[in-house]
Amino acid sequence: MDDVERAFREAHGQAVATLTRVFGDLSLAEDAVQDAFVRAMDRWPGDGLPDNPAGWIVATARNRATDVVRRERRGRRLTEQIATDHLQAERAPGPEVPGPLPDDQLRLIFTCCHPALGLEHQVALTLRLVAGLTPAEVAAAFLVTDATMAKRLVRAKNKIKAANIPYRVPDHADLPRRLQAVLTVLYLIYNAGADDFGRRGLRAEAIRLTRVLVGLMPGEPEAAGLLALMLLSDARMPARRDVAHVVQLEDQDRSLWDRSLIAEGQGLVLACLRRRRLGPFQLQAAIQALHCAAPRYEQTDWAAIVRFYDRLFAVMPTPVVAMNRAVAVAETEGPAAGLRHLDDLARDLAGYHLLHAARGSMLERLGRRDEAAAAYGQAAALARTAADTAFLARRHTELTPDQPL
Amino acid sequence: MNQYLLSVYEVEGQVDGAPATAEEMQAFMGRVIALEEEMDRSGAFAFGGALHGPDAATVVRGGTGRDKVTTDGPFVEAKEHIGGFYIVNAEDLDEALSWAEKVVEAIGHDIEVRPFRATGRLQAGGH
Repeated sequence: MDDVERAFREAHGQAVATLTRVFGDLSLAEDAVQDAFVRAMDRWPGDGLPDNPAGWIVATARNRATDVVRRERRGRRLTEQIATDHLQAERAPGPEVPGPLPDDQLRLIFTCCHPALGLEHQVALTLRLVAGLTPAEVAAAFLVTDATMAKRLVRAKNKIKAANIPYRVPDHADLPRRLQAVLTVLYLIYNAGADDFGRRGLRAEAIRLTRVLVGLMPGEPEAAGLLALMLLSDARMPARRDVAHVVQLEDQDRSLWDRSLIAEGQGLVLACLRRRRLGPFQLQAAIQALHCAAPRYEQTDWAAIVRFYDRLFAVMPTPVVAMNRAVAVAETEGPAAGLRHLDDLARDLAGYHLLHAARGSMLERLGRRDEAAAAYGQAAALARTAADTAFLARRHTELTPDQPL
Repeated sequence: MNQYLLSVYEVEGQVDGAPATAEEMQAFMGRVIALEEEMDRSGAFAFGGALHGPDAATVVRGGTGRDKVTTDGPFVEAKEHIGGFYIVNAEDLDEALSWAEKVVEAIGHDIEVRPFRATGRLQAGGH
């Protein structure tokens, strides 16, 4: 990504947010910002970046939107003269350009993540309007066609307009559950980038947006918890996989982990622990912090990890949490105990490749090679990315009896 | 100001919100009346009421230039039907949703919230 493109993207959310506040119309704001970007594409590569790219975009888009409003008003006046109806005086936006307020962006994030919109619409809108991805990029990120994504975006924007979904941060009474939706969308965006190396740009976008949120809501520990979770996961990414390979935690070269990201994530986790309002994201971050704190795999504090999983399961009793807890239990009580917990989840998670992968690992440690091979084979068949499939298929082949090592 | 239709969905054979005894009926009516008074006081109440069941419905079919046919029954045969509705004045969807939550609480049935498409008359009263 070159400088011009990066400046665009960083200014996009701010510009759409500010224009939406000034004009009260999301579609008008988006079109005007798009127009300003086209103009910037024309000018910036030759003239160089302006001192304040976001300010330049906002000013240019504001002028453009003002033109559109004036023209529409003129058109309406003609129609209304014919209809001999009287014109409601419309307030034209003032001449001063208010600079982008971070608050505007926060409102835009909450508007995109309103629970009246379907989750996939929330994700698509957030990526398009706040993160500034092009519709084609959003489509690629979710493996759907451009036409499907265009339809999804239009539908979401139409609902915002028709239902009059407010452009604001919800009142404090509604805030916790609305914040939950926002954080969930950001985590989905991050995970889409973490699951697939080809979409790794999404990780950076999710982290950037979560940083914005944490900066705007310093009193919300779950936002800080999500940021910590993403940073601690990102820190280990260089050791975890490349385009074609998955490297399990125990085999990772820990010298590849990004120490500065770990330090920042751990600092956030400590601040969260001190506040003692631990929600699901903070607990998951705390678990990741414990993994990152171990200089070697053998020195991982599994007992502490199991305790955090107990607390996590208390607030988020999902089969996936139970599965991850079972993997940690296998480290403190042995693979037989872990396997017992996993077998309790077999029905709930029958279609989840990681359950079969975890079973394979425990069966292997128990010396039940045939069963382990079968479990890895099942996991490979269910895996969703090429790298995961290749890794699990290799484990399957290594354990298949007629192909001795 | 916008208007939203709050449809009260009832499911045939499901008695979740329906009062059974005289006391329950009284408590139910008390909740509904209190809610409607609250809506009225705040200026949100535009219109509303309960409907007779789908077995009281009649459908008229046939477009322009065709013979009209009047038949017995609801338009769509379904377990779910609209048992009643409110039309509320609300600044935005969040305000309409907060009324919907109160209706759900008072009546015990699910609510669908749909905005009215703005017409000339509605716009004249707004903004």
